[in-house]
Amino acid sequence: MMETTLDKDLFDKIDGIIHAYEHDRHNLVQILLQAQDLIPRHYIPMEVATYIGEQLGVPLSKVYDVISFYSALSDRPKAQHVIQLCKSTTCRVNKYQTVRDVLERELDIKMGEITSDGKFALEYSACFGACDISPAFRIDTEVFGNLNEEKIRQILDRYRGECNE
Amino acid sequence: MKKKYVKSLIGIGVNAMNKTVSLISKNFKNLDPKSLQEYLHAGGYLGLEKALASTPAQVIQEVKKSGLQGRGGAAYPTGRKWEQAAAVEGPRKIVICNADEGEPGTFKDRYLLQYDPFKIIEGMTIAAYAVGATEGYIYIREEYKKLQDQMKIVIASALEGGFLGDNILGTGLCFHIKVVSGAGAYVCGENSTLIESIEGKSGRPRIKPPYIKEKGLFGLPTLVNNVETFSVIPVIFEIGAEEYSKYGTEFSKGTKLISLCGNIQYPGTYEIPFGLTLREIIYDIGGGIRDGKKLKFLQLGGASGAILPASKIDIPYTYEDFEGNGLTIGSGAILIADETNKVVDYMKSVQDFFLHESCGKCTPCREGNRQLSKIINRFVSGTASIEDFQTVERFARVMKYCSFCGLGQTAPSALLSAIQHFPDEFYQQIHKVRKIM
Ligand SMILES: Cc1cc2nc3c(=O)[nH]c(=O)nc-3n(C[C@H](O)[C@H](O)[C@H](O)COP(=O)(O)O)c2cc1C
Ligand code: SF4
Ligand code: FES
Repeated sequence: MMETTLDKDLFDKIDGIIHAYEHDRHNLVQILLQAQDLIPRHYIPMEVATYIGEQLGVPLSKVYDVISFYSALSDRPKAQHVIQLCKSTTCRVNKYQTVRDVLERELDIKMGEITSDGKFALEYSACFGACDISPAFRIDTEVFGNLNEEKIRQILDRYRGECNE
Repeated sequence: MKKKYVKSLIGIGVNAMNKTVSLISKNFKNLDPKSLQEYLHAGGYLGLEKALASTPAQVIQEVKKSGLQGRGGAAYPTGRKWEQAAAVEGPRKIVICNADEGEPGTFKDRYLLQYDPFKIIEGMTIAAYAVGATEGYIYIREEYKKLQDQMKIVIASALEGGFLGDNILGTGLCFHIKVVSGAGAYVCGENSTLIESIEGKSGRPRIKPPYIKEKGLFGLPTLVNNVETFSVIPVIFEIGAEEYSKYGTEFSKGTKLISLCGNIQYPGTYEIPFGLTLREIIYDIGGGIRDGKKLKFLQLGGASGAILPASKIDIPYTYEDFEGNGLTIGSGAILIADETNKVVDYMKSVQDFFLHESCGKCTPCREGNRQLSKIINRFVSGTASIEDFQTVERFARVMKYCSFCGLGQTAPSALLSAIQHFPDEFYQQIHKVRKIM
């Protein structure tokens, strides 16, 4: 399943990114972030890490140092949509646990798991600056706050409703 | 009903009802943040024009006169920082805006990025002129992806309008700004770590010296300031340092954006003059505690700041009063916790954060946070022992004095203050004590 996404088209696009960043190894983090955005299931496959490293003249170990260090980068496939629930301080006093319980029940998975259809991944996150609308989660880059059971269901339905590409 | 006689005594921009002011927040929700025209119409770039009419040395003097202290957490005097940056020789110098905003409970820079992005780049441009820099970077956290995109648009139109580029406002001043994305690491908010990250590396702090001002990004002289700090700059030039410093107190000049959040009626970002009490902030601005509950404690300045019990909320919000009470203004976060929260459980969320965010470079922080986490877990599950108190204190001291960067140095401050103010809640969780009680 994964292999089909690693086609020539993807590598062409990655070339485009590397080119826009002038083949400069100082832009490794930026290039990895943008490449990851192109890849379904939000991760950097080994082939892509190797390719970017080669193109920039950065050793693979350094590429993986970066991928493993930053929370926004992953070396393992996640899901079509990644739900990140904040469990930092403000969301703690605003009882993120209630949100977690609804999410786990609705998706029938536990935190840290992926739904069997590969549609949703559920994970915790540190504060992402949405404390004024806490409790909050992010789905990919979209932030949702002031959550209650009703609202969470509506949000999930919206994402469930979209067709698989 | 008594007439509101105060109204006549209050200067421009002061709102009698809720005690907030609007200097740097004046454009919030009042204009299209992407529109240069609307920004100009609202008085934007007057500050830059005035600054460019003075010499760089005069600009620095004006910033010094304003009394502005860095709003990123460390409260270093901005004028002095600029003076030092200007004194470093070099043909190529850098100005960086720190928009990493990773401190839990903090979102005030997000408001600036979202509602008044031009003000940030205007402030950076004035800084570039003052210190002699030609290249600028805004490092915006990955979580604010949409604001990165908006900032790119804003920069492009400033460039087109002649407010950035090779000949700014026809004065020959040259300054370009690039947007760089963070990738989800709190420690990258620390100056030198942020620079490592812009250079494409994983985020681990650098040893200092050499200082950032001499050898920063790409080994070039570099000035780093916070988003809010840069946003104050155009205001200082627009209304004058003297006028700006009339707000606040003798040792805490001007206004501050606070991030008010938690179990509060009206969470949000507010601009206040320094000197209001925490009580005024909570009840007059924030509308009090949500759902009619009672206030239990606050955490000030983010996860790295101390806990304060409800009984102490008459402390004024100033650098000097905070310091005298073992508190820090820090990022400006004010997190409100009501009576339903257990202090020990809350401390777990603080500790989980530091355990996750420690970069692992130095032992006191990496191992200290691991041990503190284990101890807090014991308190949460009610299996702690009396020795755990001593261990916490010993480890916290080592972390405070021996950690390589601010993350490890400040990580235990919340826990220590929590034990100090709420000892009973910890004692209750000790196995043997509970049996006796
Ligand atoms: C672990 C750590 C995280 C930090 N995070 C931020 C941040 O997110 N934003 C910020 O402006 N400053 C942050 N700082 C403070 C910066 O190192 C630096 O002092 C600040 O950006 C300087 O700007 P200022 O003088 O305008 O405050 C952090 C410091 C440490 C030690
Ligand atoms: S104090 Fe913590 S975050 Fe800072 S260098 Fe040491 S391990 Fe890294
Ligand atoms: S603490 Fe949850 S978004 Fe800030």
